[in-house]
Amino acid sequence: MVGTATKPTAGELKPWREARTPPFIRIEGISKHFGDFIAVDDVSLDIWQGEIFCLLGGSGCGKSTLLRMLAGFEAPSAGKVSIDGQDMAGVPPEARPTNMMFQSYALFPHMSVEKNVAYGLLRGGMGKAEAMEKVAAMLKLVQLEGFAARKPHQLSGGQRQRVALARSLVKRPKLLLLDEPLGALDKKLREETQFELMNIQDQLGVTFIVVTHDQEEAMTLATRIGVMDAGRIVQVGEPRAIYERPGSRFVADFIGTVNLFEGKVDVAAPDAMRITTAEGPILTEPVVGLRAGQQVAVAVRPEKMRLSREQGAAANVLSGTVSDYAYMGDMTIYKLALDNGRSVKVSVSNIDDASEAFTWDERLFISFPAKAGVVLSA
Amino acid sequence: MSRRWIVIAIPMLWLGIFFLLPFIEVARISLVDPAIARPPYTPLFEDGAFMGDLENYAFLLSDSLYINSYLSSIRIAAVSTVLALLVGYPMAYAIARAPEPRRTILLFLVILPFWTSFLLRVYAWIGLLKGNGVINNVLLWMGVIDEPLVMLQTDFAVYVGIVYTYLPFMILPLYATLVKLDESLMEASADLGASRASTFLRITLPLSLPGVVAGCMLVFIPAIGEYVIPALLGGPDTLMIGRVLWDEYFRNRDWPVASAVAIAMLLLIVLPILWMQKMQERA
Repeated sequence: MVGTATKPTAGELKPWREARTPPFIRIEGISKHFGDFIAVDDVSLDIWQGEIFCLLGGSGCGKSTLLRMLAGFEAPSAGKVSIDGQDMAGVPPEARPTNMMFQSYALFPHMSVEKNVAYGLLRGGMGKAEAMEKVAAMLKLVQLEGFAARKPHQLSGGQRQRVALARSLVKRPKLLLLDEPLGALDKKLREETQFELMNIQDQLGVTFIVVTHDQEEAMTLATRIGVMDAGRIVQVGEPRAIYERPGSRFVADFIGTVNLFEGKVDVAAPDAMRITTAEGPILTEPVVGLRAGQQVAVAVRPEKMRLSREQGAAANVLSGTVSDYAYMGDMTIYKLALDNGRSVKVSVSNIDDASEAFTWDERLFISFPAKAGVVLSA
Repeated sequence: MSRRWIVIAIPMLWLGIFFLLPFIEVARISLVDPAIARPPYTPLFEDGAFMGDLENYAFLLSDSLYINSYLSSIRIAAVSTVLALLVGYPMAYAIARAPEPRRTILLFLVILPFWTSFLLRVYAWIGLLKGNGVINNVLLWMGVIDEPLVMLQTDFAVYVGIVYTYLPFMILPLYATLVKLDESLMEASADLGASRASTFLRITLPLSLPGVVAGCMLVFIPAIGEYVIPALLGGPDTLMIGRVLWDEYFRNRDWPVASAVAIAMLLLIVLPILWMQKMQERA
């Protein structure tokens, strides 16, 4: 998991943190119903200029429908969208200051790369000479200079992805919508392209809204992430905040790996917090607004726990036996069975070589500090 | 190797028996002279000597009736094909874009006329088009016209008959290409600023060209040789090669000239087929 801090461009450093600049895209109470099915349910979002905003969620959570409403392919059942202060109600896709990069890329198969990229410019009434100049510059930006005359079927998946990106960016839209932009690429290419995408976005300053189901992709690309579930936005925040301070069990579980300990608040004092769980009492940092007896869950990330053969002096110590482990190269993930049978995942960074590694059926102590646990009431 | 031959052999045998042999027979007859005999033509080999010549083909060129009827056939077939395309394309497009359960019903309706006799359906058009037929009566009753329109026994009636009969052959290949078209291509075109008309002309139409070519061939080729429709709906001056062929065989009993007409017509149709195949290789 890489929580990359996106390079801030001059003049705008995380504008969503202060209310000084007005948002560039305002989505107010937008809903979409297909018959009885509610695909998008009363979503409100503010997105600022120059952001890469990731809509993250599982399949069928409504993220693609939300994107299609921004592009103008679906009319919202309720609510309002405005882009750069302009109300988008009733504006057809061809008249919107947005462009979309389709999941399937939707390259025109009967046109060359050059003609695909020039299509939007020529439909916009630009002269041929000027359009070709812009196309050449765009193809250079996505490193496809030598491919102008090729047809889409003569390109590899990664090259097609870059043509689709060039085609959607060449008109310099105010807002670029990307539907699973890296979904069709293999893992290695995807990682490279992520950084390329961020570079291009940085150079052009176009606002991106990216739909993805891949939380790693969202973490790397996004300035902010909106996590969606069943048509609703459940949490909006910077990648680090979403990961470190998830607002609900769903978000904690959806983003990365997590150990959830269900329990009741035992002590909720301003200087100490204790939660009684089936695995024993867990101490966490105090949380405002919780009262004793409340049903909560404590979420602890696997990398925030330590494994040792001797019992240490941490705030929380559990013990269990290694039931399984997976060596991943950079780290090893251990699965431990606690005394009550519940399984806990702990990841250990392989700083030293693996000679000191723990093995099956070893009895170990799991320790983590009070600040490692996040208390979730939702 | 041998197993592959077995697979190919069955269709080859079929084509050999039911296509190649009759074709050779017709080609043979086209080279000889008529005779009052049974069969009504002279043999190709007599006492080991080859008796055939191209006299019948020369005759086709000498009489303007044959050339005119060829040209007229091509014209009627071409006009009917264009009309069928203009009627069939919107229908195929609408079916391809219809939601799933309705799509099957619409396709079924396109094929439904095949379940009744072709001859009956053409006769039904006589009832619709004739002087005191349904269409004229309705128009008279509505006061649109004062006296019946002459529709039957005109080229118009032939066009109506051909377009009506062959429309499914236009719609089905068009539907097959249109239904495969990725809808996101049209969305991408709109997203990039193209109007609906522009999207149709630049994206939908070029990508459906293989279907257009296949549909046009499937209408054009049988329409050239059509006999029943011009015979029943056409007038005395509706000249089509199918009728000429019929007259030569059954009225004049001149089998050799009729065979020459048939072979010449075949060659005429082979050319557009070759062109179509070239188009499909390119697509």
